[in-house]
Amino acid sequence: MTGTVLTVRDLSVQVATPSGAKTVLDGLGFDLRAGETLCLAGESGSGKSMTALAIMGLLPKPMCRITGGSVRLGETELVGLSDAAYRKIRTARVAMIFQEPMTSLNPLMTVQQQLTETLLEHEACTRAEAPARALQLLQDVQLTEPERRLKQYPHELSGGMRQRVMIAIALACDPEVLIADEPTTALDVTVQAEILDLIRKLQRDHGTAVLMITHDMGVVAEMADRVVILRHGQEVESAPVHEIFATPRSDYAKELLAAVPRLGTAPPRPEKPGGVPVLEVEDLSVRFDVRGGVLNRVKARVHAVEGVSFRIDAGETLALVGESGCGKSTIGKALLGLVPWDGSVRVMGRQTRGMGPASMKPVRRDIQMVFQDPGASLDSRMTVGDQVAEPLLIHGLASGSELKDRVEHLFRRVGLSPDMMARYPHEFSGGQRQRVNIARALSLSPKLIVADESVSALDVSVQAQVLDLLQEIQDEDGLAFLFISHDMAVVEQVADRIMVMRLGQVVEEGARDAVLKDPRHRYTRRLLSAVPVPDPHRERPERIETETLGSPIWPVGEGPERLKLEEIARHHRVAV
Amino acid sequence: MQAYLVRRLFESALILLGITLVTFILLYLVPADPARQIAGRSATAETVQNIRDQLGLNDPFFVQYWRYLTALFQGDMGRSYLQRAEVSELIAARLPASLLLMVAAIVTELIFGLTIGIIAALRRNRPADHGLMIFSFVSISAPQFVIGILLLYIFAVKLGWFPIGGYGTFAHVVLPAITLGFLGAGWYSRMMRSSMIDVLGQDFVRTAQAKGLAKGRIILRHVIPNAVLPIIAMIGIDIGLFMSGIVVVESVYGWPGIGQLAWQAIQRVDIPVIMGVTMVSATAIVLGNLLADLVAPMIDPRIKTK
Repeated sequence: MTGTVLTVRDLSVQVATPSGAKTVLDGLGFDLRAGETLCLAGESGSGKSMTALAIMGLLPKPMCRITGGSVRLGETELVGLSDAAYRKIRTARVAMIFQEPMTSLNPLMTVQQQLTETLLEHEACTRAEAPARALQLLQDVQLTEPERRLKQYPHELSGGMRQRVMIAIALACDPEVLIADEPTTALDVTVQAEILDLIRKLQRDHGTAVLMITHDMGVVAEMADRVVILRHGQEVESAPVHEIFATPRSDYAKELLAAVPRLGTAPPRPEKPGGVPVLEVEDLSVRFDVRGGVLNRVKARVHAVEGVSFRIDAGETLALVGESGCGKSTIGKALLGLVPWDGSVRVMGRQTRGMGPASMKPVRRDIQMVFQDPGASLDSRMTVGDQVAEPLLIHGLASGSELKDRVEHLFRRVGLSPDMMARYPHEFSGGQRQRVNIARALSLSPKLIVADESVSALDVSVQAQVLDLLQEIQDEDGLAFLFISHDMAVVEQVADRIMVMRLGQVVEEGARDAVLKDPRHRYTRRLLSAVPVPDPHRERPERIETETLGSPIWPVGEGPERLKLEEIARHHRVAV
Repeated sequence: MQAYLVRRLFESALILLGITLVTFILLYLVPADPARQIAGRSATAETVQNIRDQLGLNDPFFVQYWRYLTALFQGDMGRSYLQRAEVSELIAARLPASLLLMVAAIVTELIFGLTIGIIAALRRNRPADHGLMIFSFVSISAPQFVIGILLLYIFAVKLGWFPIGGYGTFAHVVLPAITLGFLGAGWYSRMMRSSMIDVLGQDFVRTAQAKGLAKGRIILRHVIPNAVLPIIAMIGIDIGLFMSGIVVVESVYGWPGIGQLAWQAIQRVDIPVIMGVTMVSATAIVLGNLLADLVAPMIDPRIKTK
């Protein structure tokens, strides 16, 4: 536990842009000691990933270059090292795992091939020993059925399993330093908890120093011994984790920590008088056919949503939570008629079942959707003003100068200046783009907005602002929201009621505080216990162990057993 | 797998049936009269009419089509109007030469196309890349008969390295194969280049670098296999392209394949031969695509044959 393994001093990196060189890392310095975890925390554009790539010698060439400073690994200076010498260090002495486990493995090679290739390159073992070593590594990362996994290809593994394989590869040669660049950001919260546990355990067993890069202050609190907060490529503050959370010195650190949503700290929701029902859903099911065979017949069905019922009143926010694949986004799409569905959906009292595109058009005015990726949901070749105006034109609600006035009003409404109307999406930041999307959704004065992970792609400070905007709109117009999210802390900020979904069915629903403070279903508890809490003093709760989730795919004619919800308290219902 | 193969073969048969109908309609609508071709310029109208009767050309369209189809199902492709031989015999005699030329051309275009594409991608935006891309642009734009005559002039007439025309030895194949593969090489080099550049930017290539693998191994083991995937599907489509090229190339080099047979038949409105050649080419294209679809899952484990 003694001795510094990695010393970074005065590290600067420049990126070539069309408008000249831009400094993305400016005089960064830190020490990483054996066996400790140092977190580099910051929002997007802070240069935290650049730091990792600079240490690995993997900065994209020729756009990026190190313009000064030093990175010392033990006695070896890494800046300016030759390619051949660097190769011997990568994974052997400094290893790295990445954010996207889904794309970080070669799809054409088996797990075993990808593991042994690393071992053999660094001569960690002989060719004959390699398969046994590979198996051992998979056992070390606690992958289930390791013998079978060796023969599998990446696409046959889940995101969490792939990240375990990545960790196994990274630890193949027992490196001194492990760099983890947002290793759990793309994973579900329960899987994230398992992976973080694993990294902690491996670190204990091997004494590896971990450089953890994250935007999530919850992860920082759970993992870090010390923290370096970065902003615009510069260090803002560096301190042991307890100090950062207890007494942040810099203004930026204070702001950042204040913006982090913390589970259990949201103010109580105002009591809402029972409004008019905007949306009544009964027994909604969505199934996708799986075809196959000689005549391409339906062989099986994916039961994405199975018999879900709920209602949302005017001015109310219902949050739909659950992990990826639980069917929460599918419900949003079904409401807008974007996927075929069964059951009953009434919007403002109108039954939409069996409606064709023409009769659905007025219904769409009442329900609008805001998607997860603010950039991808805008047309990059159309001005943002035109995109906000488009729904009004399609529905023939305004034209000429009236149209212009209304779009200007919408821009002001979401906190953008009307001068920006003539610009294109690439000229905006992520948060601004999401504001444009919200303006577009508001243009038809809908009664209900389906917000599908609408703030998940945003930095925390921006996230807080967008959530405030949504709240403001709700307070003023009495809009109803269906808020789809995987993030429990965000849900707590906005929801009046919460519905927890698993494998297409509701397992628990009730008022916000009832579900979050007194969760009754085992799955809800597991979800809540897995949420990383931005408080380094907190005792980590005993993890509720993983259960296999099961599959939503059933042969034709069969289906999952319908869960029955039992009312255990007023408006608090739990699957039995 | 077996069920998949049965389904695909069944589909292929349906496609070929459709092609017989379309080709038959087109030939029926052609204003040229095969009977007049057979009878010659000086024949009387009566003679022509007799020949039409003999060939059954005066029957209604569907009677003619049905007659052709029932014969075809019994393996009878008809008799050439002008060559006094069975169409199947004419084709059988010439098909091996054309198949040889096609295989040689595929090998040529893959070797040139992939190599050029790989080098260009690895030297992206450098002089070598620009040079190779100009070359590929030229090869896509240049008409095959020009390339053929040019190669013939330089390498056969002036340098004398290869025979001027004919069929028989390896040396005979080289120039026709290059001429036929030239266009494809240009296409493949462009596709391979962009596919390589795409794969080079993927996360798993960064993982491979982070593993400390040697550059050569990363390129050979991780980049190229992934970059080749989109090309495989193209090879099937390519066979269709070859069928038109083969007519030109076989004429330039005097190659005794079905391209020449088709050319003569079209000039003289020898309908049974045109139908026969069309059916053989269509079968080749359909089978080529099927083959490409069967090979793809062997290379890419994510593709399942459904």
